Amino acid sequence: MDDMLKIAGRDIRSRFLLGTGKFASNQVMRDTIVASGSHIVTVAVRRVDPDAGSANILEYVPADCILMPNTSGARNADEAVRIARLARAMGCGDWIKIEVISDNRYLLPDNAETIRATDVLAKEGFVVMPYMNPDLMDARRLRDAGAASVMPLGAPIGTNRGLRMKEMIGILIEEMDLPVVVDAGIGLPSQAAESMEMGASAVLVNTAVATAQDPARIARAFAMAIRAGRDAFLAGPGSVKKHAQASSPLTGFLR
Amino acid sequence: MKIILNGKEFILERPVSVRGLVALRGITNPSVVVERNRAIVNREEWDMVMIAEGDTVEVLSLVGGG
Repeated sequence: MDDMLKIAGRDIRSRFLLGTGKFASNQVMRDTIVASGSHIVTVAVRRVDPDAGSANILEYVPADCILMPNTSGARNADEAVRIARLARAMGCGDWIKIEVISDNRYLLPDNAETIRATDVLAKEGFVVMPYMNPDLMDARRLRDAGAASVMPLGAPIGTNRGLRMKEMIGILIEEMDLPVVVDAGIGLPSQAAESMEMGASAVLVNTAVATAQDPARIARAFAMAIRAGRDAFLAGPGSVKKHAQASSPLTGFLR
Repeated sequence: MKIILNGKEFILERPVSVRGLVALRGITNPSVVVERNRAIVNREEWDMVMIAEGDTVEVLSLVGGG
């Protein structure tokens, strides 16, 4: 069955996108990426600390992965654009996850600034994957600005609270002709499966995997859940009814 | 010579190129990117571009992140 996820014209092998933050070590991160089967992994751009050693995270990311730097730390569109250009200068390709956050308590994305940054970066040839608050009008603005997908939050970053934004994400899935990637807040494989059953194109998880006691094991569980949810969506689930509907024939009873 | 390196004041004893500055700080990570006064300095230009008094220099790399 041909059910390949396509983003910006590129075939993506897995609908499970993995973040690389918060892992106990680079080796654990690598083992987890391999276990996840993820094709797209996110990274961040930070100042080099010469006293912290010179470990290069890129040595631990399998060579066949698409690296998607994020613009975390950006508080407005200009900062996001600056970070994106720096990331590209590092030679890791054209993919960028735009993340513009000025709210420190809930780390909610600033849609207006995200749209502005998307507009600039898409024109510069970036594959722009914006982290966003699931609002349909803003999703359309992102599409018009050249986004390759929209990535609504399920719940605030790092909370593991699950698909709290379900209704609004459902509207994006229904109305948008771009891939909808549920990003942030997904804490359990069942919540990832739920996202996929609704018709999401993919799920991006970081904290729930990296902070589990056995990251590689839960990554495998997420991968299976995401495949299961996708299959369920494609299968066209039966309808929900209020009253009981017998599964066995209602004739030929032994009486 | 005084510059701002990654947000902190840094004293250079003698003039250095971008490559010299990176080496001086013991940075060996091959994927770092250097920004001087808000402009990216491409790696091919690291030998040519000299650090000047008062420059603001950022040396960045990729780290784990969501």
